[in-house]
Amino acid sequence: MKTIIEILKEIRPEFDFTVSRDFIADGMLDSFDVVTLVAALDKQYGISINGTDIVPENFKNVEAIEALLRKSGARP
Amino acid sequence: MNFTFNRKRICGLLAMVPAHERSFLEEMRNFNFPESRSLKLKEVMGYDKHRIVEPGVCVSDLAVFGLEHLFRNGLLQRDEIDALILITQSPDYFMPATSNVIQGRLGLKHDMLCLDISQGCAGFVIGLMQAFLLLEQESIKKVVLINADVLSRKTSARDRNSYPLVGDAASITIVERDGEDSIIHANLKMDGSRNDALIIPAGGFRTPSTPATAVLEDVGDNNLRAKDHLKMDGSAVFNFVQVDVPPLIENLLARAGVSMDSVDYFLFHQPNRFMLQKLADKMKVPYAKMPSNIVEHFGNSSGVTIPLAIAFNLADHLKHESYHVCLAGFGVGLTWCSMLMRLGKLNFCELINYP
Repeated sequence: MKTIIEILKEIRPEFDFTVSRDFIADGMLDSFDVVTLVAALDKQYGISINGTDIVPENFKNVEAIEALLRKSGARP
Repeated sequence: MNFTFNRKRICGLLAMVPAHERSFLEEMRNFNFPESRSLKLKEVMGYDKHRIVEPGVCVSDLAVFGLEHLFRNGLLQRDEIDALILITQSPDYFMPATSNVIQGRLGLKHDMLCLDISQGCAGFVIGLMQAFLLLEQESIKKVVLINADVLSRKTSARDRNSYPLVGDAASITIVERDGEDSIIHANLKMDGSRNDALIIPAGGFRTPSTPATAVLEDVGDNNLRAKDHLKMDGSAVFNFVQVDVPPLIENLLARAGVSMDSVDYFLFHQPNRFMLQKLADKMKVPYAKMPSNIVEHFGNSSGVTIPLAIAFNLADHLKHESYHVCLAGFGVGLTWCSMLMRLGKLNFCELINYP
């Protein structure tokens, strides 16, 4: 199973996601990248992230994404 | 706001799309954006093909073409049109009303009502409500509801947020009284405080078009757009749909005393595949009951996506069968509305190309 960092790297290979605390503020993920990320996470974990949870703060770093996955019923 | 109607029905539906088809793969090079990211978006959002009018084609051209098709094939008589409602955000002129232009071009009778309504993605449900209200009048026996938009003409080809999904289209829906009891429930909400989520900032009286409003500007995310172009705050619209639409549908079904399972189809406006499937997941509606294939074949044609979905997915069935359908439109305004009705046994249901 791919790690979150690996999934992020597939979407934006030009960035090092291990060095940022806020992917959105640092310009590493735009709104369309978030959509691509949600689709990838849904597929990887067999879940459907709630549409109302698709807000920037839930995707700003790996910890936030892990928390969202747990809330969505996945075990990251 | 809740509405109830009785003894009204849709008796025929014609959808029209421009014959001119564009593909996302061809257009990707217009976007200042890596190809690999565009291809991922294509898969998730359902971008593939969309129908775009040739330069100079207007809403009245599509409407006149469709109505002449109906007259020519004996599916509608000119003299039986008592009201013509046009729902559009892309009228031929500021004045006169485009419904009057259509009436004049077709030589329709003078003893009729022509009415333009400025609405977008909620326009099919809003138009049906207006048609049902008009049919309360003894003098009005048949209403022609036209939904039409050519918004590609107001969308920047360099704006990846909007252009890949925009589609031009029109539909003609014939609405009349039903001889039998046929209760139709509907509800509607509007929030003008969020009117800038979907807007064409320039070109009206507030900010007239000038050479300066036509200049492409870098609006972030590598997108270029002018103030004369459609501006869509995608995140705000997505959030609006996910938060506000599900309770609207719950309210509609509860008021009608109908369970989710007993609805045959949820025919919702189709902004893009991702947004619609997230909505289906949230409402626990199987994807098979909520078609989401219009954007990938034709693009998002605002108020026309629902009738287009009906004609594209259900045309053959609806001539003989009848279904319990839940319609929902949501978008510019902001406006969100839904309707529960029986749909079927149509005199015609067809999808044609223009020209």
